[in-house]
Amino acid sequence: MGEFDWGVIWRYRAALWDGMLTSLQLFAIALAGGVFFGTLLAMARLARWKAVSVPAAGFVNLIRAIPFIMAIFWFYFLTPMIVSKFTGQQGEAVGPFTSAVVAFIMVESAYYSEIIRAGIQSIPRGQPGAAYALGLNYWQSMGYVVLPQAFRNMLPVMLTQAVILFQDTSLVYVVALKDFLGAASKAGQLTGRIVELYLFVAVVFFILCFAASRAVKGLQARLAVAR
Amino acid sequence: MDWKVFLEQAPSGGMTYLGWLWSGLFWTIAVSACAWVIAFVAGSVVGVARTTPLAWARFLGTAYVELFRNVPLLVQMFLWYFVMPEVIPVAWGDWLKQDMPYLLRLPFAAQFSLWEFTAAVVCLGLYTASRVAEQVRSGIESLPRGQTSAGLAMGLTLAQVYRHVTLPMGFRIIIPPMTSEFLTIFKNSSTALTIGVLELTAQSRQISEYTFKTFEAFTAATLIYIAVTMTVILLMRALERRVAVPGYIAQGSTH
Repeated sequence: MGEFDWGVIWRYRAALWDGMLTSLQLFAIALAGGVFFGTLLAMARLARWKAVSVPAAGFVNLIRAIPFIMAIFWFYFLTPMIVSKFTGQQGEAVGPFTSAVVAFIMVESAYYSEIIRAGIQSIPRGQPGAAYALGLNYWQSMGYVVLPQAFRNMLPVMLTQAVILFQDTSLVYVVALKDFLGAASKAGQLTGRIVELYLFVAVVFFILCFAASRAVKGLQARLAVAR
Repeated sequence: MDWKVFLEQAPSGGMTYLGWLWSGLFWTIAVSACAWVIAFVAGSVVGVARTTPLAWARFLGTAYVELFRNVPLLVQMFLWYFVMPEVIPVAWGDWLKQDMPYLLRLPFAAQFSLWEFTAAVVCLGLYTASRVAEQVRSGIESLPRGQTSAGLAMGLTLAQVYRHVTLPMGFRIIIPPMTSEFLTIFKNSSTALTIGVLELTAQSRQISEYTFKTFEAFTAATLIYIAVTMTVILLMRALERRVAVPGYIAQGSTH
């Protein structure tokens, strides 16, 4: 290869920035959806009714047993099929981004449900018991007593998982979605400068994730003191 | 549903589509197992380095973990496969890309070369080493400090303390998290498909592309992944019971 041409990054800044925005969008939606559905899944797994807890456990264990890429392929295949079944429209109505979003929400909700379940189980049994004794119902005791404390306990783990999730967004490369890595890859194919572009991607990811994991560590230390 | 599709002749490799799946499983296991050897050895060295009293060793260990943990695995895969041959001396890079593939013809109907396989194994191994290192470190740090002190007080050198006291206990403690790490490497091996290694996930997608039996192909691969995961968990539980130190580690603790 010989000479490096770092100017390629500047020339393709618009495409790279668009890719980064796609990555961040996917990250934000997957994080919000993952935590929301993960909470519901965790509550379902801890439910007393087998009809609720067994399917929830089955889903979580299934997702955790297969590679992330396999899950992406699955939802990439299933989402348009299911959507067209419900809306009567053809599969083309669902774009690749939507399918990727569904895949990420599903996978992350399974991962987050395990973290949240551990968090809920870290709350002493007497607390929901006391809440029920005070006349709160299930949703009130969960919403006002158990979950706020559980989320506080598991915040560092959830944030660490968020950093991993941000790295995992690069996996949408396998369905040719133009995230940050995909944009760099495309620019690399056009210019033949993959070395510079992939190194740039690695450096950017490293800076973002390193800073984020440092911040999580700082937060963890502060939370540990407060408790 | 048409499960008979797996008995049809596949367009290459002189085998059925079922044969493609087996080939994929073989390469998934081969990549994971080889990468695990690297991950275990390098991870143990880095993890131990982070617990020593030597400041420079701790610094190098921490730097390794931070570097490999904060770059996505897929990006690392591309760095090893696409970038590395271009930044080392030209002759070496050419050797990797042009000569290495002919050193050995890969068995089991592999449709890729030794170079893709090696890049995937090295990448996955060194990446997972950073995770193994964290487990090793936390295992060692969970031991009471008195054990090291007692060893040193008895006149053992630091190396002997690690060899006879810290590591035997530390490694037993971390069997359950190491099981998870092995399952992670096994799942992460699917990333190798991005550089052309046709492992299980890639084969199932290839079958779906050739036959349009996507549901059947993905289901088969998913069932195989589940079967291997369960097998690993059972084997590791057996190992844990076998090496348990009576009264020290909860016998047969769950994964």
